[in-house]
Amino acid sequence: MSAKPSTQVTNGAPAPNGNTAALAKINHEEVVVDCHIRELYYGSFKAVRDTQIPIKKNSITAFIGPSGCGKSTVLRCLNRMNDLVRGFRFEGHVRYRGRDIYGHGIDPVAVRRFIGMVFQQPNPFATSIFNNVAFGLRLNGYKGDKTAKVEKALRGAALWEEVKDKLNKSGLSLSGGQQQRLCIARAIATEPEVLLMDEPCSALDPIATRKIEELMTELSQKFTIAIVTHNLQQAQRVADYTGFLYVDTTQGGRTGYLVEFNKSKHLFDDPQHPHTQQYIRGEFS
Amino acid sequence: MATNTFDQNLGGIQDPFAGVDFSQLERSLRRPRTFIDSFLNLATTVLTLLALIPLFSAVLMLLWRGGKRLGTAVLTSLPPAPLEQGGGFGNAIVGTTVMVGMAMLITVPFGILTAVYLAQSNSKIAETVRFCAKVLTGFPSILAGVFAYGTIVLVTGGYSSLAGSVALSVLMLPTIILTSEDAIRMVPSRMKEAAIGMGATPTQTVCMVLLPTALPGILTGVMLAVARAAGETAPLIFTALFSNYWLWEHGHAQLMQPTASLAVLIYNFAGMPFRNQVELAWAAALVLVLMVLAANLAGQALSAKRVQR
Repeated sequence: MSAKPSTQVTNGAPAPNGNTAALAKINHEEVVVDCHIRELYYGSFKAVRDTQIPIKKNSITAFIGPSGCGKSTVLRCLNRMNDLVRGFRFEGHVRYRGRDIYGHGIDPVAVRRFIGMVFQQPNPFATSIFNNVAFGLRLNGYKGDKTAKVEKALRGAALWEEVKDKLNKSGLSLSGGQQQRLCIARAIATEPEVLLMDEPCSALDPIATRKIEELMTELSQKFTIAIVTHNLQQAQRVADYTGFLYVDTTQGGRTGYLVEFNKSKHLFDDPQHPHTQQYIRGEFS
Repeated sequence: MATNTFDQNLGGIQDPFAGVDFSQLERSLRRPRTFIDSFLNLATTVLTLLALIPLFSAVLMLLWRGGKRLGTAVLTSLPPAPLEQGGGFGNAIVGTTVMVGMAMLITVPFGILTAVYLAQSNSKIAETVRFCAKVLTGFPSILAGVFAYGTIVLVTGGYSSLAGSVALSVLMLPTIILTSEDAIRMVPSRMKEAAIGMGATPTQTVCMVLLPTALPGILTGVMLAVARAAGETAPLIFTALFSNYWLWEHGHAQLMQPTASLAVLIYNFAGMPFRNQVELAWAAALVLVLMVLAANLAGQALSAKRVQR
């Protein structure tokens, strides 16, 4: 469905004052990734503007919003995956532990080792389950006991019991949900601090989705997680903080921006902005 | 009867299937699309069988005519002089293997690195290179021989297996480049994304994800190129010529001397008016086909093993 509000919506104004107040309330000492996108372009297309999201340690932060509102784009900014897109330009900053990852002298490859990613489509490599998980260890030239690390990661991703007897089987032989947990295991094997998840359940059935959600809650004790989701209930179930993004079509293009950011409980129970209220009521998706 | 009770149960309700023409459900060749479907089905089978006839008759003929002389003697001895009986083409087997092997050593690194570049880039240079490779696939093999003659034979002052392998590598290169590029492009982009998302450098992405995943396709390309090169005669006549002696003599490989090859041996012997030589040409043809087949099977076995792990 395209974003087509059923009732009349005032045009997308920048975040209201209430939002800034909510942001201020979040203790900045615990912020691991401080994302501040002023303007983000693909070529001449302005994809996102005015989006400021602080991501707190050991919490789950969800980005919700209608299709095309740029929530995946924002997420991919956080570990410089957008660098691969031709014509990508960015104004603003993304501070990881106080250091701007778009700053001078920063190696995007190194950034991605601290800020890992799980994608929408499960994307294991066409190699054994073991080699999939050990991939990150090999990248970093890890010399120690890979077996122990692989087991730890697979246990962490709640997959160990299902695959412990077939570690030499191809990762592609697993079911969709198992593949996604394999990808999570692969991502956490190198123990990044932050885990970005781009609609990790959208290709999965409800049972597999439930498993991944439980896993996310568990992982948030060790990792800091940011997740994009199309599923409001999912954000409500798992996320500690939620940001709602909306599309601004008033300036010709389709530019996404952050409308409201707050603790999930507040955002869902008491949304401040009319767009958020309508979206949460399910008046558009 | 069951139908009766059913009808009674229906009571006054009308038969729900009244007015349905059940003949529509039956398969009938009179209906045009059913007919076209059946006809094309039949046509594909018949034409496939027809296409296989020349292939199988060639293989059968080879087995029939070449199988007679096949034995350890022909595989291990040197070519006979005219009117001499017996003999074989052991040196030609070695020559073909060595020249194709050296050509592979030259082309595989160049070909795969070029393919990696082409698969990653859509620049003007990449487009030009791709176009050149496509043109080169149709390059007349005799011109590859002339090229190696000009660059190696004239420069080094003599026919040699090195010149032969350079000529063959010119023919192998475009096949390897184009099939490897295809194989690398076929790797799902999400695998590449996954690697980059894990913090892999471009080199690590290529070496640890793209090339291993594309390996079966790359091997197929290499094998296709080997199959083509092993059967080439024209470029070798200009470059490696022929030899009645072993490649390995006086304790080391004579890479700068004229070298025998199966293709040139077949060409030479098939036209001779001596029965012994003609029979040997047939046997050599069979051996050449078997060698290419063996290389193909080995390549497939290798790549299948990789995929399983």
